[in-house]
Amino acid sequence: MKEQLQKDFDNSIKNLSLSQKDIEIKKFCLDNFIDKGFPNKKEEDWKFSDLNQIIKKNIGELSFYNDQASTNKVDTSLFVDGLEHNKIVFINGRIEKIDFEYEKKDQIEIIDQSETINEFKNSNSLSDLNNAFTNKCFKILVKKGYQLVKPLIIYHTTNSKIWSKNINLRLNFELDKNSSLRLIDLFNDTSEKNFLNIFYNFELKENAVLKNYKVDKFENKNIKYAFNNIDQDKNSISETFILSSGSNFSKNEINCNLKGVYASAFVNGVFSLNNDKHHEIRSIINHLTDNTKSYQLIKSVLDESSKAVYQGKIFVNSDAQKTDGYQLSKAILLNKESEFNAKPELEIYADDVKCSHGSASGSLNEDSIFYLMSRGLSYQQSRELLINGFLLDVIEKITDSEIKNLIKNMIGIKE
Amino acid sequence: MDNRQKEINNLKDYKYGFSTDIENIQAPKGLNEDVIKFISNIKKEPAWMLEFRLKAFERFKALKEPDWQKPKFPKIDYQDLYYYSAPKSMKDKPKSLDELDPKLLETYKKLGIPLQEQARLNGIAVDAVFDSVSVATTFKDELTKQGIIFCPISEAIQNHPELVKKYLGSVIPTSDHFFATLNSAVFTDGSFVYIPEGVRCPMELSTYFRINASNTGQFERTLIIADKGSYVSYLEGCTAPMRDENQLHAANVELIALDDAEIKYSTVQNWYPGDKDGKGGIYNFVTKRGLCKGKNSKISWTQVETGSAITWKYPSCILKGDNSVGEFYSIAITNNHQMADTGTKMIHLGKNTKSKIISKGISAGSSDMTYRGLVDISSKAKNSTNYTQCDSLLMGNKCGAHTVPYIKNKNSESNIAHEATTSKISEEQLHYCQQRGLNPEEAVGLIVNGFCKEVLQQLPMEFAVEAQKLVGISLEGSVG
Repeated sequence: MKEQLQKDFDNSIKNLSLSQKDIEIKKFCLDNFIDKGFPNKKEEDWKFSDLNQIIKKNIGELSFYNDQASTNKVDTSLFVDGLEHNKIVFINGRIEKIDFEYEKKDQIEIIDQSETINEFKNSNSLSDLNNAFTNKCFKILVKKGYQLVKPLIIYHTTNSKIWSKNINLRLNFELDKNSSLRLIDLFNDTSEKNFLNIFYNFELKENAVLKNYKVDKFENKNIKYAFNNIDQDKNSISETFILSSGSNFSKNEINCNLKGVYASAFVNGVFSLNNDKHHEIRSIINHLTDNTKSYQLIKSVLDESSKAVYQGKIFVNSDAQKTDGYQLSKAILLNKESEFNAKPELEIYADDVKCSHGSASGSLNEDSIFYLMSRGLSYQQSRELLINGFLLDVIEKITDSEIKNLIKNMIGIKE
Repeated sequence: MDNRQKEINNLKDYKYGFSTDIENIQAPKGLNEDVIKFISNIKKEPAWMLEFRLKAFERFKALKEPDWQKPKFPKIDYQDLYYYSAPKSMKDKPKSLDELDPKLLETYKKLGIPLQEQARLNGIAVDAVFDSVSVATTFKDELTKQGIIFCPISEAIQNHPELVKKYLGSVIPTSDHFFATLNSAVFTDGSFVYIPEGVRCPMELSTYFRINASNTGQFERTLIIADKGSYVSYLEGCTAPMRDENQLHAANVELIALDDAEIKYSTVQNWYPGDKDGKGGIYNFVTKRGLCKGKNSKISWTQVETGSAITWKYPSCILKGDNSVGEFYSIAITNNHQMADTGTKMIHLGKNTKSKIISKGISAGSSDMTYRGLVDISSKAKNSTNYTQCDSLLMGNKCGAHTVPYIKNKNSESNIAHEATTSKISEEQLHYCQQRGLNPEEAVGLIVNGFCKEVLQQLPMEFAVEAQKLVGISLEGSVG
């Protein structure tokens, strides 16, 4: 893999106009990655999902160079119907379209940061990989007091032109005081056996509101890793919802730093898996100052030989008095081959806090099925009704009603 | 000064901090094959036992000290320890209690366990370990009548080699982790219990440990076998004298329950925790593991951990037999600079297996406490259930409380439920108690005892009273 990395790296920086210093930084990151390789199960954070093995087994040899010269045609049929929205379109890792047609032009600034390297600090080697190979990077700045009229949908599209490729993406968002953004990540892959490595950085200033919905719904054979870093100032709110279902392997990491008083973070997730899929959500909520709040709810329905992992951590600094932290994960195992692993973790250094977590996993309740069947439903209907109800609990946590309905329609949950 | 104040002052200093001058026989300092041969030789062990030790030592050389735990400690120089120390007067073993060195007896009196008295009054058979060699075993006759074997493990190696050979290392193999392997190589003494088929042990079996000589790691090994349909309750209580340097304690405890058997293992650990600035204290790195080998067997661990500078242990159950049950009840209290990383592992292998974990952690001062646990339901463990509850209580904002549970469910017919909370004693609760005439310390004591009640209830009577007092003593001075 080393030669391949080196060769692809040389190819990719050839087309960039970077200063010698920036190239050095990129080289340094590359060497770091070559040194560490893909994360494996010897690392505590990857204990339940050995990415190194998964890539070896499902993809084999990866190549890292993406030709960014030729444009891809944007297929408008993929766009979401019935909801007016702003768009960013990625096709095979290349940014094809940025369109804020519904917004005031002077309130949103799109800054091309491709020429400046700002390293992404994260403990695993994938951030090094991302730093080394990302060559287009934008920052979206929402100005003071502006609240986007329509949601922004980011289309992550890949097609069959690429094969056994690693794609690295990077976006930065800054939400200035009193601003708000609704953001939907929509994955739509018709490609196979690629590894997507996506890093987002959010900076929320005072009173800013971020709602991020990640929807990975369509069946595909890709491997995905997405990392969200969210820094939150006073009174800001972040809401993250993850629908984890379509990819062969997917790991979503949310790292949230509650830096200002009264900041709050919500993380909700649904795993709905079948086949041999293996998905993971890992969340780290750092309560760094007093009077901050976090709430997490993760529900999984696992069929066939699928596997879901939830690692959630609540960290409370010694200054973070009056913290309110809550975390709940529930799983239904439908098949004897399916597996659910959880590591709900609390690390607390302040005494005046209210923190709790709960985790439960088991089968569908036979009594409930019996109850429904005795009222005339078939076994299949009762099962579906129970599973829908179980998942609806999380969907109902979505605070934006427009998007809630969109997601409900997408996964076909009826009330 | 009123009586109560006096009492508190007495309790403030470590109650069991003294060391008795008894001439020791020590193995040469350091860890090598010769030392192991020395230990084996002095204990007149058969060849297979020496082989067991050497095999473990061979393995030990390849292992590295683990470093994933939360409490960090200065590197231990394993070559700078004495691995064997025995009171000299033990060379010719006394035949009865009356022949014991009077000074030894004196020490026990200070500890509050006068052998003869306690044996007679409490009806408890005591097998006291003084440093590394069992001193006396009481109530042997009555136990022998029932066919129960309760003796030092060194004696069992001589007299019951077939049992020891069969079960020693069957739950904690010599190739296990670092400290367990070290213990397998150099263990000196400990208790051996065998309960024959269908026998319900008529009394609580009890051992008191003390670490006496400075710089000696205490490496005991306990092996308890409950044959089909039998029952035994085993108590372990620990105290150690004050020393400045940290002392290492790496014991191994193996429990084996065959069909329909039940073992109840209770620990009250009150070793020297170091002084107020975190100087000195015991490193308590113990491997405890129980195997529910037979059908319908049950193993229950209860622990009250108030002592030691660092407590690092996970009493575990391997639920291999169908319908077997594992239980873990724990109270861990850390104060000043103490650190604890404790919890349990419940490994479900058989069908219809059940496990229950209740863990209560209390941290005060500048201490740090971690619950770390594993619940693993394998794909064959149909219809198994686990219930886990771990609650932490924090006193002051210099201490830490952490929960790190690992939950693995590979069986769709099994259920796991896990709950954890962290909180502090609320002002309302304190106010309520003080309104009714309790002073703040009494109020905290009452609330903490209530917090721990679920676990304290599991202890045998004699222990429960002592444990309740210990909870109070450990938190002394942490209020206000």
